[in-house]
Amino acid sequence: MNHSSVKQSFLALFFGRLGRYALHGVEQVGDASMLGLRALSLLFVRPWQGKHFILQLYALGVGSMVIIIITGAFTGMVLALQGYYTLAKFGSESLLGAGVGLSIIRELGPVLGAFMIIGRAGSSITAEIGIMRVTEQTDALEMMAINPMQRILLPRIVATVIAVPLLVSIFDIVGIASGYVVGVELLGVNQGAYMAELIAKITMVDIYGGWIKAIVFGFMIGMICTFMGYRSEPTTEGVAKSTTEAVVVSSVGVLIIDYIITSFFL
Amino acid sequence: MIRGEQLSKYFGDVAALNATDIHIRSGKITAIMGGSGSGKTTLLRLLAGLEQPTGGHVWYGDEDLCAMSVRRLYELRESMGMLFQYSALLNSMNVYDNVAFPLHEHTQLDESVIRTMVAMKLEQVGLRGFEHLMPSELSGGMAKRVAFARAMAMDPRIVFFDEPTSGLDPISAGVIATLIQDTSRKNRMTSIVVTHDVHAGLAIADHVILLWQGDIIAEGPPDAIRQSDDARVQQFLHGRPDGPIPFSRSTTSYIDDLTHKPGTIRLQS
Repeated sequence: MNHSSVKQSFLALFFGRLGRYALHGVEQVGDASMLGLRALSLLFVRPWQGKHFILQLYALGVGSMVIIIITGAFTGMVLALQGYYTLAKFGSESLLGAGVGLSIIRELGPVLGAFMIIGRAGSSITAEIGIMRVTEQTDALEMMAINPMQRILLPRIVATVIAVPLLVSIFDIVGIASGYVVGVELLGVNQGAYMAELIAKITMVDIYGGWIKAIVFGFMIGMICTFMGYRSEPTTEGVAKSTTEAVVVSSVGVLIIDYIITSFFL
Repeated sequence: MIRGEQLSKYFGDVAALNATDIHIRSGKITAIMGGSGSGKTTLLRLLAGLEQPTGGHVWYGDEDLCAMSVRRLYELRESMGMLFQYSALLNSMNVYDNVAFPLHEHTQLDESVIRTMVAMKLEQVGLRGFEHLMPSELSGGMAKRVAFARAMAMDPRIVFFDEPTSGLDPISAGVIATLIQDTSRKNRMTSIVVTHDVHAGLAIADHVILLWQGDIIAEGPPDAIRQSDDARVQQFLHGRPDGPIPFSRSTTSYIDDLTHKPGTIRLQS
């Protein structure tokens, strides 16, 4: 086999495999969307799932609070540190408040918050639903005339859509506050300048943009994680694989959607 | 009457059930028996509507289960119960909540009434006093009995039992078999029992269906099955290793695999 035919067969193999991955990915996203929409179409169908929604919101929201506060605090602190030494080179330390605030509200809050929620709650949603499949609990619900999509999937999707923006807001507040502590209390940036720049440079558009990202991320995380659990192979290996895939696909999805939404807001 | 008409189910290229016609008699116990992989659980799941057939129909009276709306299917299921092979108890709930679950979901009964009903069902299976235990704290036999109580909670007309005695000690298996027989007779329930437990199946059933490789090879009352002159039936009933039902299900010859594959040991003739 000569050099050019080796190259051609390598390219064919590479693009063939890439194409299959892409098609599989698109198929998965399409299936997840259809399943999510089917679950959401049951939102206003009796019996109401209010109690289960509250329980899920509690598990997801309150359960993820500690990790969100810790991540938010250290993100704000490291941003203040890095920002201070960068801005000091240009003599613009007074812009530190605006830098920390904008970075967190527009970008780091929604993205890092979403990552933490995927790791803490998304994976547990997938594993929980997957185990219910393995142990035939979803079939048992079916046989008791209870729609698993309405009982299991719907409350988790709705809870994620609501919990993610709330947790991201907490991340933002903690991040900005910890940035203030490092910038003003430890590094000696003028308190008035820090706050004035923070208030002057952050507009409502930035805040709405962060929330819109968080809502979209929440919807996507809820759909992907419930879908992966619901469609996981009914084996222990299948559940493990689905949980890993749910985390990977959700995380990559967050970055892609983040870029798309950011391009609209800039 | 429940009727399967030309029911078939394929998983990829593998046929789990081949165009089978089946009649389930109302108010009777039908045992579907056969070896592992003979298609009995698939048949049960098709009859319960948990799987869609590749071909054919499942009729409940004059209603086709495969073409039924989800709403109608759930209405029908309110009069059904199912005991799963591995119990399928909801592991986030204790014994009481598991048994009370269908009652909470489908009735407006007062909690005190539900409590009494749950106590009655648990007394029936000999587990009253264990309401507070979680599924993870139960033995296999206890979990099966709790699942039985849950399946009976709504006093169903039709109950599906998937391997109700598998993995149980003889006493627990006997308790479950007796429960199925007594409850079905008293309540005039239509019971469909999938089992490879020959002793229990023949003891409790009014009608027996024997499957092999996705086909019905014999059916009739237990005595007729016992006296069948079909060698496959006799082999299954007596658990003989040699007979028309082969132990090995390999699709290729063992000797061919050993002698003709590169890299394997070549036998000298």
